[in-house]
Amino acid sequence: MTENETSAPAGPPPAQLAPVGTAAEADATNAPPGGAGSGQRPPAEDRWSRATKHVEGAPEVHVHVPRPPRWYAVLWSSKKARIGIVMLAFFVFIAIFAPMLTPHDPNDSSFVPVQDPSGEHWLGTNTLGFDIYTQLLFGTRLSLAIGVLGGLGVTLIALLIGMVSGYAEGTWLDDGLSFLTNLALVVPVLPLMMVIVAYSETRGLGLLVFVVAITGWAGHARTKRAQIITLRSREFVTAARFGGDGMLRIVFREIMPNMTSLVVSGFIAASTAAIAAEAGLSFMGFGDPNTVSWGQMLFQANANGALVQGLWVWLLVPGVFLALITTSLSFVNFGVDLLSNAQLREEEN
Amino acid sequence: MRYYARKTGYFLLTLWAAVTLNFLIPRLQPGDPAEVMVRQLTGRDGEIDPTQIEAVRAMLGYADENVFVAYWKYLQQLAQGDLGVSFTYYPFTVGEVIGQALPWTLGLIGVTQILAFLLGTFLGTYAAWRRNSRFDSFISVGSTFLGNLQSFWIGMIILFVLAYELGWFPAVGGYGYTTPGWNWLFVADVLSHAFLPALTLMVTAPIGFILGMRNTMVQELGGDYIRLAQAAGLPDRKVALGYAARNALLPTVTSFALSLGVLMSGSILVEQLFDYPGMGRLMGEATSNRDFPLMQAILLTTITIVLTASFVVDLLYGVIDPRARKSR
Repeated sequence: MTENETSAPAGPPPAQLAPVGTAAEADATNAPPGGAGSGQRPPAEDRWSRATKHVEGAPEVHVHVPRPPRWYAVLWSSKKARIGIVMLAFFVFIAIFAPMLTPHDPNDSSFVPVQDPSGEHWLGTNTLGFDIYTQLLFGTRLSLAIGVLGGLGVTLIALLIGMVSGYAEGTWLDDGLSFLTNLALVVPVLPLMMVIVAYSETRGLGLLVFVVAITGWAGHARTKRAQIITLRSREFVTAARFGGDGMLRIVFREIMPNMTSLVVSGFIAASTAAIAAEAGLSFMGFGDPNTVSWGQMLFQANANGALVQGLWVWLLVPGVFLALITTSLSFVNFGVDLLSNAQLREEEN
Repeated sequence: MRYYARKTGYFLLTLWAAVTLNFLIPRLQPGDPAEVMVRQLTGRDGEIDPTQIEAVRAMLGYADENVFVAYWKYLQQLAQGDLGVSFTYYPFTVGEVIGQALPWTLGLIGVTQILAFLLGTFLGTYAAWRRNSRFDSFISVGSTFLGNLQSFWIGMIILFVLAYELGWFPAVGGYGYTTPGWNWLFVADVLSHAFLPALTLMVTAPIGFILGMRNTMVQELGGDYIRLAQAAGLPDRKVALGYAARNALLPTVTSFALSLGVLMSGSILVEQLFDYPGMGRLMGEATSNRDFPLMQAILLTTITIVLTASFVVDLLYGVIDPRARKSR
């Protein structure tokens, strides 16, 4: 999470490198808001790599211009991203086929407690009589769900506030939104989440997503604001403005398609944070009581003396899975960074 | 001077916004906190007496229908340091309960934050200076790996190994059987109890500083003034530490306050795990007991601490970087 936020404003702004075309061209490749960007062809990068080929091949007369790499080819070209994608696919597979991978029910506590791993219970059972392996499999579902939904929520709020504030830089609107962003940035996230959850009557996935989104957007909004400030003085924006387009149209249909990869990497970082936040909240006992999650497994392990009794499997496995899923996401993000920053791509190859 | 005036004004404004946010949060919720509280007292199926709800509402300061009147009263009470009466620790006031817990957390977080800052900037500087060395890749890969672990999970492993298996440190609490006071026995007791929570936080706390420092330092090392210094024949170490590191330190200083907020969140989980008698554990208690006055006061206190730290850092920043003072 910190990786992206620190590097994005510091390094050369990625999309700025690309000679961006006319408004019409940019318009033709609109991304959906919050665009996870699947199936999208990033236009700016294609043009840029073609441009470098020209410069490098200057002495020769006949320059063979190969087809610029597609986004998935770039993503796959990075070793880290490849590992990340494979790991993520593994978790998605588990989440989808969880009921077929285990004969037991995650909420079934009728087993003999504290069994050692065996053919019947691959990772044994805990002191409450749950099958640890089954709970682990089903916990993947909640983590992935909170990652996708929480990431989307954060991205939507961050886009709205960051883009509008950045486009309106210097006005009272920007001052107000920036103040709000800076305030939200310094408020410690976990206490705020806990207060909101404590006031709520119901517990569940919806509440978790809401809490994650409402507390996590500030850093991303700031990155997007900084990015749009570098983009908004470009010719195609001026052209659109003279063409009579309104602010929201310019921001979301002209400028945003040029920062798709930045938005995607923000989304992935937000998903990672959301998964971690759910684990923390569940560990404090504020999770969704109707579903099994890794955070709740750890909460129960702590509350029921897994430490004292030396039930290390109960303790170790959910934490390792949490670490693996967040690692896989940050690995995928290395690849996404390659998409937005062509310089990095050169270094990698 | 204008720089300091502007920063002070900004600090007061954010403080006011935080206070107002704290006032608004319970009022923006769909449910009625007073009803929740009464229901909690009577049990889920118990009969609810409307007068009880009225009484609780008055106690929480919700009796006035007019929001502005309530807001004014809230500000007045806050100015007098009156945060209400704790529900869990009745008849103690929220102020007294927090006063008990605050020193523990401030000590734990303060020491870890400063150590993390020193260690993180040092490692980050060294990694950037010896860029692409074995040490650099070790630090980068190690930070990425540790950064993906949950602090409370690290704490569980540390607790399991160092306290339960090896028995080197006490597992829970803030102090053992010594009587509190300023004597060596008690101080040593407190330190041995604080060691494991602090160690847990120290695993992840320096990572932000390491990565931030490394990134900015690498950029600074590419600057023209570095090339000039090298061309002038200054020794390598002086160029790296005296020139690049000094400039690279500036953005890291600004991230100090933000990382304090992150550390605060982490300390809630870690205190809960180690049953450490600080604000984090209190927050856990307050939220699970739905002790609204206590919970809100803790939130306000944590926000105030972070805001104050960020204000102090801003002032210091003006001292160490003249450019910031003179701009605008």
